[in-house]
Amino acid sequence: MRPENAPDHAGRFGEFGGRFVPEALMRALDELERAWEKARADASFGHELDALLDTVVGRPTPLYEAKRFSERAGARVLLKREDLAHTGAHKINNTLGQVLLAARMGKKRVIAETGAGQHGVATATAAAYFGLPCVVYMGATDVGRQHLNVVRMELLGAQVVPVEAGSATLKDAINEALRDWVANVEDTHYVIGSVVGPHPYPEIVAALQTVIGNEARAQCHELTGGLPDEVVACVGGGSNAAGLFRGFYRDESVALVGVEAAGEGLNGRHGASITKGTPGVLHGARSLVLQDDEGLIAHAHSISAGLDYPGVGPEHAWLAATGRARYESATDEEALEAFRILGETEGILPALEPAHALAYVLRGKTEGTVLVGLSGRGDKDVATVASALDG
Amino acid sequence: MTALLDHLETARSAGRKLLVPYLVAGIPDVAGFPRALETVAAVADAVEVGLPYSDPLMDGPVIASASERAIRSGVGPLSALELASTATTTCPRIAMTYYNPIHRVGEPEFCRVAAAAGFTGIIVPDIPVEESASLRSAAAEHDLAWVPLVAPTSSAERVKSIAATATGFIYAVSTLGVTGARTSLSERAAPVVAACRAASDLPVLVGIGVSTPEQAREASVSADGVVVGSAVVRHVLERGAEAAAEWLASVRTALDA
Repeated sequence: MRPENAPDHAGRFGEFGGRFVPEALMRALDELERAWEKARADASFGHELDALLDTVVGRPTPLYEAKRFSERAGARVLLKREDLAHTGAHKINNTLGQVLLAARMGKKRVIAETGAGQHGVATATAAAYFGLPCVVYMGATDVGRQHLNVVRMELLGAQVVPVEAGSATLKDAINEALRDWVANVEDTHYVIGSVVGPHPYPEIVAALQTVIGNEARAQCHELTGGLPDEVVACVGGGSNAAGLFRGFYRDESVALVGVEAAGEGLNGRHGASITKGTPGVLHGARSLVLQDDEGLIAHAHSISAGLDYPGVGPEHAWLAATGRARYESATDEEALEAFRILGETEGILPALEPAHALAYVLRGKTEGTVLVGLSGRGDKDVATVASALDG
Repeated sequence: MTALLDHLETARSAGRKLLVPYLVAGIPDVAGFPRALETVAAVADAVEVGLPYSDPLMDGPVIASASERAIRSGVGPLSALELASTATTTCPRIAMTYYNPIHRVGEPEFCRVAAAAGFTGIIVPDIPVEESASLRSAAAEHDLAWVPLVAPTSSAERVKSIAATATGFIYAVSTLGVTGARTSLSERAAPVVAACRAASDLPVLVGIGVSTPEQAREASVSADGVVVGSAVVRHVLERGAEAAAEWLASVRTALDA
């Protein structure tokens, strides 16, 4: 049975999603869809993936009660510690699943885009594990601000290609990866890192990340004897939020809150595609995007490279439209403050992306138990934070 | 029959191979574009006008950077239509645009504006046949010919359903990859053309990766003609529209040989 939040046969979440790509990619997407359906129905795929999640990723990740942070937030705050997953973020849940699938499909090469570099590192890791060559496209701006991850990817054997076009960030890295894929579609699998892109990607990535929500729900029961009142996650493309939300989708008492990047403020440069965007087609799917009156895609801005994206996964656009989830936003400044507070109160440096979710929680508008997706660790952001605090 | 198809069929029935150059609207610059369009149109059977877009994922570096340059000078996808309408030529103009600008202004409105600006057809490289029905009807209402793309990876079944939607010509993508010059014509060009032929009587033009007179002639052995893009754009940017027209004349000669 298809869960209520899975897309229909055309890959639609309500009016969002679908497949808007060059004809050259249609066969590959059809093949991927069939391979994915087959893998899902095949118990051996599930067992193999579970074993990888146990031994490579180190799952389950803990659900951690942030007691001192809770005092600051005025609510009982539980953190789903994806920052403790191998490579330091939730991205690896998806890349191991996709590269396992690619290997089963007989693909000889994988490519990926990356914003903050976490997805690139996770793809390079999975590619190394399976012995496949890996090319990662990364906006030149991000290559500069996430240098640590560039070095990590290269040490893992991947080739990192800086992309100078457009805003030289995640959006442009995806364009370049799609161009590579159009040219090499027959032997290459494109490992998309978020719940974006043409069908079936948004569904594949969300399904592979649902392990976060399923674990968190069971762990919350164990820890508190019940469900959280709110589940909060940051949203760029929205993969960690989709994975977390899917675990609680049917629990109507649980409020789902996505937190977008308000950047310099919602009237300035930002990455809040749901809060401020309009329906559009970007990277192969219909969703909410930041664009001008002629349909030119805007340059987004966020201090966190992972949220610096002018679009969002169609599942989130749909969850917002149906009202099942609510979307808030936090500015660069609020995220920096939350980053600092979590370090001081809990001894945890979060990535700047989930720092946005923490910033929302720190507003004190939440009551009861709040479960926050701590999607990644902050080592990669230390230089950015240091220069922002100095500035 | 659309006006574009009528025009192309007249040439084809006279035994002429079709030459369709591509220009990015707004290059070499805003003021120079209408003249560049006229100059190139003088040696063309139809001209494809690329509407500048922020995320041109089917385009290689030459066209992508030309597009970025046009946008920086204030030419967006809609204003490009207007700019192109100021050129004086009887040569049919076909708009090439990514789907989002159409989606943004609305399919019927986009087609209305394009037709009012004198365009006779549209090419949308990022919308598959499954998603294009409403746009095709809107185009038909404004006598805009629909020019679909067929790829080397398209199955025979897909070629059939894509070809059935064509009302201008069929754009046979010669190679896997984005726009830009190649050292030789892909060996996949001929099979794609054959698949289109098997599915339709409409003109079949080979595009993407046709960048020399020799490649144009080779492609037109089986096809009805060629679309040349990056090579034209590069000529216009580096040496001017007159030089681009001269180069196109050499392609014309090769096609006629």
